[in-house]
Amino acid sequence: MTVYIIRRLLIALVVLILVTLIVFFVMRLLPGDPVLIYVAQTAEFEEMPQEKIEELRAEFGLDKHIMVQYANWVVGVFRGDLGTSIFYREDVGTLMLERFPITIHLGVLAFIVSAVLGVLAGMVAAVRRGKWLDRIVTPLTYVGLTIPVFLLGILLIYAFGVKLGWLPISGYTSPLDDFWLSTRQAIMPVFCLAIFGLAANARQMRSSMLEVTQQDYIRTAWSKGLRERVVVMRHMLKNSLIPVITLMGVSVAILFGGQILIERVFAIPGVGSLLVSSIFGQDYVVVQAITVIIAVIILLVNLVVDISYAWLDPRIRYG
Amino acid sequence: MVEKHTSEIAFSEAPVRVSEWRRFRRVFFERKLVTFGLVILLLMVIAAVFAPLLVPYDPYQPGKGESLLQPSTKHLLGTDLLGRDTLSRLIYGARTALMVGFISVFTSFFIGVPLGIIAGYFGGIINMVIMRAMDALMCFPMLLLALFLAAVLKDYFSGIWVVIIALSIAIIPGYARVTHGVTLSIKENDYIMAQRAMGSSNTRVMLGHILPNAFPPLIVLMTMQLGALILAEAGLSFLGIGIDPPGAAWGAMVYDGYRYLANHPVLWLAPGIAIALVVFAFNIVGDGLRDALDPRLRGLL
Amino acid sequence: MPSTLGLEACSSDKEQNMAELLKVENLKTQFHTESGVVKAVDGISYYIDEREIIGLVGESGCGKSVSQLSVMQLISTPGKIVGGEVIFEGKDLLKYKTHGPEMRSVRGAKIAMIFQEPMTSLNPVLTVNQQLTEMLELHLKMSKKAARGRAIELLGMVGIPDAQNRIDDYPHQFSGGMRQRVMIAMALSCSPKILIADEPTTALDVTTQAQLLELMKDMVERLQTSLVIVTHNLGVVARYAQRIYIMYAGRIVEAGTTKDIFGKPRHPYTIGLLKCIPRLDEEEGRKLVPIKGLPPNLINMPPTCAFLPRCSYKVGRCSKEPWPPLKNLHGQHYVSCYANTEVKDK
Repeated sequence: MTVYIIRRLLIALVVLILVTLIVFFVMRLLPGDPVLIYVAQTAEFEEMPQEKIEELRAEFGLDKHIMVQYANWVVGVFRGDLGTSIFYREDVGTLMLERFPITIHLGVLAFIVSAVLGVLAGMVAAVRRGKWLDRIVTPLTYVGLTIPVFLLGILLIYAFGVKLGWLPISGYTSPLDDFWLSTRQAIMPVFCLAIFGLAANARQMRSSMLEVTQQDYIRTAWSKGLRERVVVMRHMLKNSLIPVITLMGVSVAILFGGQILIERVFAIPGVGSLLVSSIFGQDYVVVQAITVIIAVIILLVNLVVDISYAWLDPRIRYG
Repeated sequence: MVEKHTSEIAFSEAPVRVSEWRRFRRVFFERKLVTFGLVILLLMVIAAVFAPLLVPYDPYQPGKGESLLQPSTKHLLGTDLLGRDTLSRLIYGARTALMVGFISVFTSFFIGVPLGIIAGYFGGIINMVIMRAMDALMCFPMLLLALFLAAVLKDYFSGIWVVIIALSIAIIPGYARVTHGVTLSIKENDYIMAQRAMGSSNTRVMLGHILPNAFPPLIVLMTMQLGALILAEAGLSFLGIGIDPPGAAWGAMVYDGYRYLANHPVLWLAPGIAIALVVFAFNIVGDGLRDALDPRLRGLL
Repeated sequence: MPSTLGLEACSSDKEQNMAELLKVENLKTQFHTESGVVKAVDGISYYIDEREIIGLVGESGCGKSVSQLSVMQLISTPGKIVGGEVIFEGKDLLKYKTHGPEMRSVRGAKIAMIFQEPMTSLNPVLTVNQQLTEMLELHLKMSKKAARGRAIELLGMVGIPDAQNRIDDYPHQFSGGMRQRVMIAMALSCSPKILIADEPTTALDVTTQAQLLELMKDMVERLQTSLVIVTHNLGVVARYAQRIYIMYAGRIVEAGTTKDIFGKPRHPYTIGLLKCIPRLDEEEGRKLVPIKGLPPNLINMPPTCAFLPRCSYKVGRCSKEPWPPLKNLHGQHYVSCYANTEVKDK
């Protein structure tokens, strides 16, 4: 198993390098002089003499070889130095610390909901296949997979916010400040974010379990006179979870995508809305920083998923 | 003495072989839902292709004094702030969606599939490089990648092409992986080795033997991805990336309608339902295709 | 020994009931598929006494495995047991709910089963210890510690070396033959009255086959368990079984003691099977004669004898009358055939 983990780590490292390369070099595609991009927003731009521009160029390290620039940037990222936002005039790192926790908070909640409820729903649908529970769950998963997340958000706002007035229709409060308000504000966004993952997990779990049911070792389990609960929980569960865990890794990426949209619908000041406003504001430093951070997070999540296989499947552990 | 076997009743021996095409047709149309999905897709394609003939009004022309009308016999789905007929814009939105979807899917196909075959077939360092690059690409959520590329390419291309390029790049890994998987599983088959022994060139083996085997899962993948792409395009236009006004895109229509949330729900409901319906249709048809082509794929896709 | 009172079919007789452990009466199991209804088991009756070894022989698809699964009520959709009785210890097992407490207390504890594919019949994510002890804890109410001790003992009995340590290994760490031994240990762990072995050695090589069969015979003698060997290989049962049932197309076509079957086979199918097997005591140069034709499609079977298209002994009656009922020839020997196959013997 150690060999397995080390292999996974090395692969992750390679992919990490590739990710940073992609972000860095795509940014270089921007037309025009990078220095001009960095100073475009400053007031002195119009009057800036050529020497000052060259000075800035050296200051930003833009006169060095491109690979050196890349290396500098990567080192900077891992040290927490992500540059300075053009628009906000702040250290980007500070901005990230302000915004990321909000996004992560809602994201984690949504992930937990989608994982737990999804697996449960899938299990129930599989074990009671064809019965009424399955007949309800399975079509619902279809709805969950096809409805655009922003439409769902708007629908919920319309129903619960405007028409019924039960829940606040926008905004975010930290649970540390006001737990009750925070929860009420979080219900709709988290629900919208979780739906897709929930549906996907339920479908995969159901299909996994139905496949496992056909396996010879399950027939053996029944022939031993075990009760249904034991057969399902002890014999079927672990075997069925393996493909579902893969899916969960993928769903994190989709979760981030959903957050960008949900933050706009619910006016949540997270990283998603920052990204969008930075794109329109041409604040490329921020765009670059957010992109690379999210990509790295997803990479790490996938690494954890890969390693968890070793725990789930003894054939890998003692292979 | 052995009598000549003249039994009146026929004993059938091993089961009868049904024609593949007939079996495919039967399984595919077995579920009414799949047929329903197919109908929706057909309607959408017709709407997109014949849009100019079908629209009651010019989708881009503002109508004076007709702003924000409720649905009526004159305007079946009402009008927006600028007095443009919602139904007409909806039909043109189908155009945008399908255009983005199909162009992206085919572009990625021709990039991703060769990459996957080459990686799987030659193995070694080539495999490493290609598949790790695909892994890296997959670390970017589709929307994020599209936004990132959109930010950078904004000045090079017009809105809709930025979206197409961005989404095409985002879905390449899907094709590469599926083809890679198929290649790996077939590569060791005896008949491939026999081909090589006969002197077939690598290209011939790859194109003639491996590629055809990849078609069933690839077709299913493409159908599913069309659904995902339409969702992504809607998300992007919702955020304001993509088609520039006065162009009609469903996501943008939802965003515009959001402002009139309570009083004119049709403005955001109509395009929203259109998106959901079309995505649903692609998904269900994809499911049907997969079941009809090879149910063994159920775990894979 | 049953009395010879001119019985027409292999059915009940008061005196037989005393020693019979399990009696299956006219069992019928069907599968509803898209192409039609498959009558996998079409009315079979058999019995097994205490401490007896019987063989159930037939080619693939004849319904022998399905019949045993039916006895344990392990049939799931699209299959359904549609008729018959399975009398065990005075009660009809088929009357119990499939997963009800009565049936569950029989499975594993009173009747156990081992399957054909050792590679896939053990759960890959659980240790051998876990899979052995769960039965002991459930049926014999042992504590974890006691169960573990007993499990190690059992592994030792079936010939797993270093059982103490290997018990915590996972199935994939054992070879095919070893896994089958584990299955045997598992099945016999609660000292069931009957062990059903469904093609236990088909997936293994010949040497392992022999070892495993000897092991099973040993174990069932030790534990005083009855054994049902289901196989397509007559050679396997020749050595170990006391009585043999020959199945074809979902029915029993011949039944008798091993001596009867091998010495004086009467059904054309049995005769055909024996002709395919090379024997040590026959003349050189005898041709191995395969049975012509293929097994029948079990959907929409005509009412006549299913072996008809492949039979070299057929007479006029065969194509006109329904499937022949089992006729008692003498003692325990029954056959389902209209033709008089005696005249064809050498």
